[in-house]
Amino acid sequence: MPRVTFIEPNGTEHPVEIANGYSVMEGALNNSIRGIDGDCGGNCACGTCHVYVAAEWRERTGRQSEMEHDMLEFAEGVREDSRLCCQIEMSDTLDGLVVHIADSQH
Amino acid sequence: MATAFKQIEDEAIEMARSVAYSMPIEDIDMTDSARFVDNTHWAFFERLRKEAPVHYCANGRFGPFWSVTRYKDIMAVDTNHAVFSSEAHLGGITAKDQEDDFILPMFIAMDQPKHDVQRKAVSPIVAPANLAVLEVLIRERAQKIFDNLPINEPFDWVDRVSIELTTQMLATLFDFPWEDRRKLTYWSDVTTIDVSAPDAKMTRDEQRAILIECLTYFTGLWNARVNAAPAGDLISMMAHNPSMRDMQPMEYLGNLLLLIVGGNDTTRNSITGGLLFLNENPGEYQKLRDNPALIESMVPEIVRYQTPLAHMRRTALQDTILGGQHIKKGDRVVMWYVSGNRDETEIENADAFIIDRARPRQHLSFGFGIHRCVGNRLAEMQLKIVWEEILKRWPMIEVIEPPVRVKSAFVKGYERMMVRIPG
Repeated sequence: MPRVTFIEPNGTEHPVEIANGYSVMEGALNNSIRGIDGDCGGNCACGTCHVYVAAEWRERTGRQSEMEHDMLEFAEGVREDSRLCCQIEMSDTLDGLVVHIADSQH
Repeated sequence: MATAFKQIEDEAIEMARSVAYSMPIEDIDMTDSARFVDNTHWAFFERLRKEAPVHYCANGRFGPFWSVTRYKDIMAVDTNHAVFSSEAHLGGITAKDQEDDFILPMFIAMDQPKHDVQRKAVSPIVAPANLAVLEVLIRERAQKIFDNLPINEPFDWVDRVSIELTTQMLATLFDFPWEDRRKLTYWSDVTTIDVSAPDAKMTRDEQRAILIECLTYFTGLWNARVNAAPAGDLISMMAHNPSMRDMQPMEYLGNLLLLIVGGNDTTRNSITGGLLFLNENPGEYQKLRDNPALIESMVPEIVRYQTPLAHMRRTALQDTILGGQHIKKGDRVVMWYVSGNRDETEIENADAFIIDRARPRQHLSFGFGIHRCVGNRLAEMQLKIVWEEILKRWPMIEVIEPPVRVKSAFVKGYERMMVRIPG
């Protein structure tokens, strides 16, 4: 299974495995990663799975959709590398992905 | 005692069930507030979810409308703001249209792009850094309120605790004159009165006059703040924001009422509801006493189970199909959060109040999409503090009479709930 490392704002790393086809948000919830809430269950509708994706991964994770952009408009600490990780679907090409969890989720 | 009145309510709910399942389905009108004041709406929503999840009512109290009652369909409407508009001039966000000669623009009742800039003007008030400041304040106030409650003597929990705490919070957010703060509670209640009901507490003209008084009062505060240095309260934030500083009076009033109702009624009724649910479910109350850490998962469960706003409304901007039904441009579409939050196909054992659910945050009470509740984290924090401070003091607070519920199909709440703290 492809691996993803979540890094908390305080630097704590959580390497986990997420099966292909699941979203990164679902993988976080299934592994009880603190700081990812995923309130809307992956509908890109709440902004509570906000992460930062390092530059070298951005081509492979894809870009924000229009709806995702709209939701991130109201999130805290939004940057160019912000994503809602319910919108990133796991596949072998994302094996080794590193995401930083945003400070707080609204 | 608590379980005795639950039995009476349960019997009323069961009697309503036979009515709900025997009447012609097209006659079901969920905007009838009588079903909410006596808490008998459940079976009607249950039937709609099963038999007509996107249901047309031609003769609703406020005109024809669609009821959307399943979790997934509600999510589909709430997240499709290009098709389902919130615009005040099309009717706004409640089943009852805004009145043509008294339109109150407010950002919840706006579409993009104006909604976005106005929402962003006020949202820093609930940013993480500010929440941390507010947490200290809320705890001190909650402690003071609780330390002054009578022991072994009946009192109204709504007035002494729920209203007092949320009104203090609201006064702080507005930096509102402290001694006048109950005006905020009053204006909040007046705003949501359905004056078209036959037994309404006031006439439309009286309601409007009171809201204009509210505007006059707040205009005084605006004038003082706009000429002072920018500060962290909501009025100053609006007065100094480029997208809001030139608002017309009715738009200022609209946004004020949005913040007042949103920041007051909702949390107030969740504070009351939580205590009621624990009384109705003694096993859950025991779980909480045994493990106060469950407050974290109980708080979102209270918000789900209460659903402080029963619905939100949209207006279709184009013909569309939802759940197999043809919705026409201009149709009124009501998303019943109160029903979606009890949808068994989405939430396991949805009718039960369970304080240690695996995914308690999965509920519709805050809405989804761009209009999702801006104050959700503040609301959760207030509830968390309330329960932490209660558990430090008392193992049990007894609800001693059935609560008096608000007669509204929009605000789902309580006017009064008599309780006693055993001494």
